[in-house]
Amino acid sequence: MFGKLTIEALPLYSAIAAGGALVTVGGAALVVLVITWLRAWKYLWTEWLTSVDHKRIGVMYIVLALIMLLRGFVDAIMMRAQQAMALNSGGYLPPEHFDQIFSSHGTIMIFFMAMPFMTGLVNLAMPLQIGTRDVAFPFLNSLSLWLSAAGAGLVMVSLVIGKFSTAGWTGYPPYSGIQYNPGVGVDYWIWALLISGIGSTLSGINFVVTILKRRAPGMTLMRMTPFTWTALVTSVLMIFAFPALTVACGLLALDRLLGMHFFTNDHGGNMMNYVNLFWIWGHPEVYILILPAFGVFSEVVSTFARKRLFGYESLVYATAAIGLLSFTVWLHHFFTMGSSATVNAFFGIMTMIIAVPTGVKVFNWLLTMYRGRISFHPSMLFTIGFIVTFVIGGMTGVLLAMPPADFLLHNTTFLVAHFHNMIIPGVLFGYLAGYMYWFPKAFGFKMNEPWGVRAFWFWIVGFYLAFMPLYVLGFMGMPRRMEQYNDPAWAPWLMAAAAGAFLILIGIACLAMQVLATFRDRRRDADVTGDPYDGRTLEWATASPPPAYNFAILPQVRDREPLLDMKERGVAWQKPAKYEDIEMPKSSAVGVVMGAFAFGLGFAMVWHIWWLAAACGLVMWVTMIVRSSDDDQEYRLSAAEVARIEEARYRALGSRA
Amino acid sequence: MESHGTRANYIVGFVLAVVLTAIPFALVATQSLSRTQTVLVIAAAAVLQILVHLRFFLHMSLSRSARENLLAVAFTAVLIFLMVGGSIWVMLDLHLRMAL
Amino acid sequence: MSTRPGTMAAHGGGGSEAAELHEQRALGFWLYLMSDAIIFALLFMTYGIMAGNTDGGPTGKSLFDLSNAAYETALLLVSSMTFGFASLAARDGNRGAVLGWLVLTFVLGAGFVFLEVREFVGMIGAGAGPDRSGFLSAFFTLVGTHGVHVSTGLVWILIMMGQVTVKGLTLPVTSRLFRLGLFWHFLDIAWVGIFSVVYLPGLM
Repeated sequence: MFGKLTIEALPLYSAIAAGGALVTVGGAALVVLVITWLRAWKYLWTEWLTSVDHKRIGVMYIVLALIMLLRGFVDAIMMRAQQAMALNSGGYLPPEHFDQIFSSHGTIMIFFMAMPFMTGLVNLAMPLQIGTRDVAFPFLNSLSLWLSAAGAGLVMVSLVIGKFSTAGWTGYPPYSGIQYNPGVGVDYWIWALLISGIGSTLSGINFVVTILKRRAPGMTLMRMTPFTWTALVTSVLMIFAFPALTVACGLLALDRLLGMHFFTNDHGGNMMNYVNLFWIWGHPEVYILILPAFGVFSEVVSTFARKRLFGYESLVYATAAIGLLSFTVWLHHFFTMGSSATVNAFFGIMTMIIAVPTGVKVFNWLLTMYRGRISFHPSMLFTIGFIVTFVIGGMTGVLLAMPPADFLLHNTTFLVAHFHNMIIPGVLFGYLAGYMYWFPKAFGFKMNEPWGVRAFWFWIVGFYLAFMPLYVLGFMGMPRRMEQYNDPAWAPWLMAAAAGAFLILIGIACLAMQVLATFRDRRRDADVTGDPYDGRTLEWATASPPPAYNFAILPQVRDREPLLDMKERGVAWQKPAKYEDIEMPKSSAVGVVMGAFAFGLGFAMVWHIWWLAAACGLVMWVTMIVRSSDDDQEYRLSAAEVARIEEARYRALGSRA
Repeated sequence: MESHGTRANYIVGFVLAVVLTAIPFALVATQSLSRTQTVLVIAAAAVLQILVHLRFFLHMSLSRSARENLLAVAFTAVLIFLMVGGSIWVMLDLHLRMAL
Repeated sequence: MSTRPGTMAAHGGGGSEAAELHEQRALGFWLYLMSDAIIFALLFMTYGIMAGNTDGGPTGKSLFDLSNAAYETALLLVSSMTFGFASLAARDGNRGAVLGWLVLTFVLGAGFVFLEVREFVGMIGAGAGPDRSGFLSAFFTLVGTHGVHVSTGLVWILIMMGQVTVKGLTLPVTSRLFRLGLFWHFLDIAWVGIFSVVYLPGLM
């Protein structure tokens, strides 16, 4: 009846695991209680959960990302604490638990922190920047969100029921195969990835069609914002890379569920193909993560240096080049798997080449800042911190690109340092910068700057302290993922790294304080005009937050910096002669329902509860069929209502109009 | 809307596809050519038939309205070449180095 | 897929709005098909490198049947043509003809699936199931994935027949038929790949 699920699945075997489960359940219960106490369920359901508005969906994605950042960080600090104390000692974490933690840390940070954060920022800002009312497929947008949430839910539930994978975030067979890992951990991992992966592919399709087909009149491709350009290339990468992950995880699932032999030791399996397939996805994935961050930096640097972005065309071509080249380097993740020198050399050279366009971008950003009038908004601080720190990580990447060097450094903490050096100052700083930059647009009031500045300093100093020692340790020969070790020379460096993690913890606390202070001061820091930074691009031309339809009249674009152009011509924020009716998509519960049943399907597959899996699958099928036969999916806003909303805004703008 | 093509389109496409199917099937059935030659004919016929499908059933062309679809297919073809070609190179290389 | 807000001030007119909607959905569907093409390509690649991994067990030569593959090919190819005629009838607004051609397409497609299921059941019964060897895992997955897509297409055909009957040849309905057509023709292309990579070389 319940497949493999029994009472044994509860984490009562260890105090730490039980603690983790309690925090998870307690946290969820607390959230439910607070919402109930505030009597906000109806509001939450109608205004947020069933919304198909890209701005709302964007915010929800970012909320998911920030929650998962906390969860993933708990994993990180647990690992740092363990390694700081585990010289000739078992520390406080037994190996199997430690292995789950490093596996969930990577899985969560990549799939459930970085991807949703990126998707959220693109959702929030891109349609506004291209002057359209919503993405091409608003319902699909909602579906993507809830599929991602379902995947995150599976990872979270593994803390309470069963265990998570111990096979790392990459899940290499044969260790992740059924013979060596008959438990549920790897299955949780597989289904979380498969379900959220579909969400990502759909988002990619949604964004590409939106950008190609729904730009405001006059906005040619070369008049798009740099963030939109990176969103476009990223979305193309999402469409074409995620299928490889689907195949890798899907074939592994077939091995585990149906006894097939894709990646087994015996009967003609070829586990090297898994590594191959995984990284065909895996390399483009890191560019999926970094390119939008680069886009954010381009926007921030131009806004806070009060200067036109330098070298726009070269930025566009560099982005496109990175996109294409990202499909030609994947073998550098497994130089040591046994390929010949020719193969390794080819991929090594391609890896070095792909560093070049990023270098071009760094110069563009620097030259934008040069002779600008820079204001040190927290987003700008993150940008400057990024430029300095990311370059270091880039250089270690070029070092690793040499197969002979990689043979010594592969799977050491040098590698760990390198990729965190790319992801934290690159991806995370970019997303934090974007989050603080566009927050006023989403909510109508600015983020608290002093706490943002503090968060930055703790993050960047914490980062250096946590990860530079790992480069040294890698040179000293320390492998990654070690639960304990016996070389005393490593200990001081690991203690420094733990201290760094502690500083980052304070940085995270500062981010939390920032949110509290922001909401506390929301009336004082209100963004009345919708243009808090004297911006140059279209998102600042509309109210903060924008009305559901974004723009009452779609703007006519004549320049790469449309709002600046309108200001210079004196036509910004001009009241239109008359308003028209606007058709908007209706909210829909289908996305939430599909997500819930996707979660159920995943859970059932993990625990081999076949009847439940079939039932959830059937419900999803029927729901999808009914939804796609529905032709009544829009409602009409009359011109009078639009006028009423707009008049309120013009009154608030006052003298600016 | 894009052009749906005409009745003639579908019939011509069908006939071409039948021919391009019959040839490789016949070769395999009769074993008349060498292995390498047969493989080459199968491959060539497949590529041609796929082009026939794209042109006559999916109405791909160089015209303006079909441009986007052409671009999408072309880009996909490039990526498939990179992914599949690269994978075969890599896996074959590994196989040669590991086979006894 | 769902609808989008109007852009009346910019583009004016309801008719072209609907056309824009159709274009966006068609492009979106193309992009989905391209992602599917990558999945198939990687399954082909996997099959290619595992075709020799028979583990001393049954090979393609011993299992595949040339005439079965030929019948499957014929059924699918003809069904592509009949779907084409359904598309033309939809463009001409001929509801009855659309339904007739769709029924024919469905029957041909169902015939294909029947032959394939029969082939699979036979192989499994003879101890040549997907759990026997790497080669067979790859075979069943590649060909089976295609078969699942075709089966999904069959369900979609039935749904469209229902929609055509109940709603008539409205723009949303013909727009969906168009996308189903893309799907159906794409699957025939995938099949060309399958007989060229799996069955014919396996039987040489």
